[in-house]
Amino acid sequence: MFVRKLVLAGVMTVLAGASAMACGINARVSIVGNEFPAIQSVGAGAQECKGAEVTTNLTADHQKINVPGMQGNPAEYTSAIIANSSIVALMNEDVIRPLDELVAKHGKHLKKNQLVTIDGKVMAVAFMANAQHLVYRADVLKQIGVEPPKTYEDMLTAAKMIRDKGIMPNPVGGAYKAGWNLAQEFNNMFLGMGGNHFKSGSARPNVNTEAGVKALNMMKSLSEYMNPDFLTHDSNATNAEFRAGNVAIMNMWGSRAATLVTADGVPQAVVDGFAIAGPMTAGGGSTPASTLWWDGWTVAKNISDAEAEATFIAMTHAIRPEILADNDVATQAVWLIDGYKPTPAAVGVFAAAEANTIPYPMLPYMGLLHTALGNELADFMQGKESAEQALADVEAAYVAAAKEKGFL
Amino acid sequence: MASRAQSLPNGLRVVLTSFIVVWLVMAAFPFIWTLWGSFKVELDFFSIADWTNAITGRRTEDTHGSPFTGAGYYGAWVEEGFLHNVINTFIVCFFVVLTSLTIGTLGGYALSRSGYRYTFWLLIAALIFRAMPPITLVAGYMLPFFQWNVWGILPTAIIVLVAINQPFTLWMLHSFFQNIPKELDESAKVDGCTQFQAFRHVIIPVMWPGVITTGLFSFLLAYNDFAVTAMLLSEDNRTMVPQVAAFLGTTYTEGNIMFAVASVVSATVPLFILVMVFQRQIVSGLTAGAVKG
Amino acid sequence: MLLFIAMPIVSVIVQSMFTPHEAVFLTVETCTPFKCTEETTIDQEATAALRAEQPLGRFVGLDIYLDRGHLAISEVGEAWATSQSWSEFLASLVNLPFYRAMSFTLVFIFTVTPIVIVIGLLIALAVNSIYASLRGVVIFFSLLPFVITPLIGALVLYWMIDSRGILGNLLQWMAGDPSLSLKASTGLMWVSLIVYGIWHAAPFAFVIFYAGLQTLPKDQMEAAQIDGASRIQRVRYVILPHLMPLVTFVTLIQLMDNFRVFEPIIGFNAEAHATSLSWAIFNDLGGETRQLSSAATTSVITIIGVAILLTPVLIRTWRDFREKV
Repeated sequence: MFVRKLVLAGVMTVLAGASAMACGINARVSIVGNEFPAIQSVGAGAQECKGAEVTTNLTADHQKINVPGMQGNPAEYTSAIIANSSIVALMNEDVIRPLDELVAKHGKHLKKNQLVTIDGKVMAVAFMANAQHLVYRADVLKQIGVEPPKTYEDMLTAAKMIRDKGIMPNPVGGAYKAGWNLAQEFNNMFLGMGGNHFKSGSARPNVNTEAGVKALNMMKSLSEYMNPDFLTHDSNATNAEFRAGNVAIMNMWGSRAATLVTADGVPQAVVDGFAIAGPMTAGGGSTPASTLWWDGWTVAKNISDAEAEATFIAMTHAIRPEILADNDVATQAVWLIDGYKPTPAAVGVFAAAEANTIPYPMLPYMGLLHTALGNELADFMQGKESAEQALADVEAAYVAAAKEKGFL
Repeated sequence: MASRAQSLPNGLRVVLTSFIVVWLVMAAFPFIWTLWGSFKVELDFFSIADWTNAITGRRTEDTHGSPFTGAGYYGAWVEEGFLHNVINTFIVCFFVVLTSLTIGTLGGYALSRSGYRYTFWLLIAALIFRAMPPITLVAGYMLPFFQWNVWGILPTAIIVLVAINQPFTLWMLHSFFQNIPKELDESAKVDGCTQFQAFRHVIIPVMWPGVITTGLFSFLLAYNDFAVTAMLLSEDNRTMVPQVAAFLGTTYTEGNIMFAVASVVSATVPLFILVMVFQRQIVSGLTAGAVKG
Repeated sequence: MLLFIAMPIVSVIVQSMFTPHEAVFLTVETCTPFKCTEETTIDQEATAALRAEQPLGRFVGLDIYLDRGHLAISEVGEAWATSQSWSEFLASLVNLPFYRAMSFTLVFIFTVTPIVIVIGLLIALAVNSIYASLRGVVIFFSLLPFVITPLIGALVLYWMIDSRGILGNLLQWMAGDPSLSLKASTGLMWVSLIVYGIWHAAPFAFVIFYAGLQTLPKDQMEAAQIDGASRIQRVRYVILPHLMPLVTFVTLIQLMDNFRVFEPIIGFNAEAHATSLSWAIFNDLGGETRQLSSAATTSVITIIGVAILLTPVLIRTWRDFREKV
């Protein structure tokens, strides 16, 4: 809430300075979405619109409530803010509407690449991008005399040197918490090794392959240089390790880079040594071992056309180029909005996009595979079973779930 | 029973006392530790650099110029408006306790005085609902609640919490009323009271220990609930426990752990006061037979 | 009440036997901010037609109960046929999600429940025999672990057992092994969860037993004393029989609550080492794609599991009930 107030205050000053662009609506707008600062800014921007009520429900549990909240008729929420992984659930249940007509009517200053089209129809409007990439301690790498790693193999070499010189016992960081995080790290490494999650054109899994085994083995090698508790470390805990000066190299979300060393009590050496670079490759491949993400908004299907139009106007207003004049808002994310100038914290994500990183797959059944990976890979990471066995378990768990959902 | 205590042989007394001391340390130390840590910055609280930092507060001193800081409390209460969540929690608890006790007292009394013995079936019902993981119930509620447009508001959460807990409350109070001799209200009826008057003048004065104990169990359920409140309340109507979880952050969001720690300490204070005020009633209520089944 | 409880239970049972329709796929061009690709999506019109025909979804009977995510009948059968030894069979059994969850849950139940009862009883006896003036304070502190919100209590302990937290450090120092970490080893994680379970529930047992001790008939105790019964004999032959109904009550509640162990697993981030049925439901509902039928099935299995655990207690209660009538 505090963030929202700050953002609101910022937006207000911008508006006062640049002769407020009016935003008038005549039907209710109700937004559900995640709660991080960039989305708080978007929510606050939509609430500037006058003429009808604009409500927001921004919460980390948004994925659990957006589908039921949009399935009713009329839907409780007129707009859901989602990412490329979570739009799939809305598409599967058919609760969002095509936006082509509204884009033609009210979407003049949206850039073409902001429009997410599926089968030629605009289904969402993206406003920010994200990717995982390298975060490192420049001072430590200088001390051991190596360049920032370009590949995971280099990362292992650097980690060994840091440990051998006694600088840090566990120099590698990684969000390897069993569940969603661990599965995401596998996805990165698997795509970097040239893997494909599914047999082409079908929902049949394809992870128990050479690329899968190589990805797991690389993760295992990396984990040997991590804090022994790595299976309980999500990105928050991993960042805390970096802040405390226990970690020198890690693969971290770009959206977290701007605030990584601004927290209370971070030692000066960490603040000074903090640096970021693009994502690394693995196994001699040229595709980075990372995924590209976007966040955007959608408009519900089960609402009146007047509500849909009001929602579109309010949401477009919330991501108009003028919001970037506020420096706080500009640094909150890697915005896809027209006129965005990359801040130093955004170079990692831009490097990821330029290096042709693969976007996170937007497939109806990807969520099920992600869940299966998260549940079954921990056994391998603890050394309880072989990589092949773990991947076979993943496929079996996925197949059971996909049969239940009617995908197989 | 002080006399019995004095009759203990010295050896046994030492053993008992040291056992109690060990237990008390186990029970209380985590709370004291968290209270102490809540006045530090995150790096000290988790002592990620060195465990002694948690005691000395080195990083806190570097940042705030003193080994103690109220920054977590300031952040949670002032910046994030934790008071709002506290008020929501108390609204929920108040109405949950009120409703379940009203239904439980009247229903429990009526059942205990009716000819048929319901104990076993009540017990079965109470068990089924306690056995049901609340999270599944909640998943079933979501869609209808959205359709009826009652999702996210406090009354909905209150009704669901009452429903989940009611069979248990009913069962506890029913057993309690069964232990109040029937002769009491029957003699009142002989004196010309109606059933209701008998309840009002004879039963109400003696029922408080049982009602308070049952009420405390309902209160704890409502106060401590996470599954129902996290899924059924919108951001604006959140109670304390889901708010603490929200402070912890997610993959995307930078959590503010120290806000969470400060609000954990804050959320524990009412429970401290509650136990302090009611501990005598808890024991006497249980003694009066509410748990004899 | 019926509306809120009976209906959801019925709907959960129905949901566990129906699954969504077969998805009809289309391959279409999808453009994101980064690039355009050919991607698979669901043919909404075809799916809508299927849904209109059968709104509940496909009827699959007990299929979900038997699939790999739940009872895994065929996988268990295969493991039985191919395993050379018991240990091999057990290893492949706990590799299946349901049996993995059960293995932890059963260990948790059958260690926590008896220890809670013994410790609760010991504290109650000890408190009952100390000076009355001290009892208030002791009861106050003893109750705290029980009244604390489970998620918060688990977090507090989790923060302390971190390998750099105070308890984690203490253990490392005692074991003389600086790399010891409770969170990294399955065995130690189980121990931590069990310790938490005891810490949380012992006060409940204590306060119930303590209340029971207050109603202990004095004359019986005195008679036993006159007969020359020793302290231990008095506990064995007078106090324990008096408390027996309460022991049953505490066992009942403990069996039920421990079977649904959930908050400590979340609070301790223990998913990699220990899971439970409640956790499996949470996990099914928490993914990008919610598996409602799977979650419903696990819920029904949970209820059946509790019923099985409680059968002995219930049979006893039923007998008492019949006698009373």
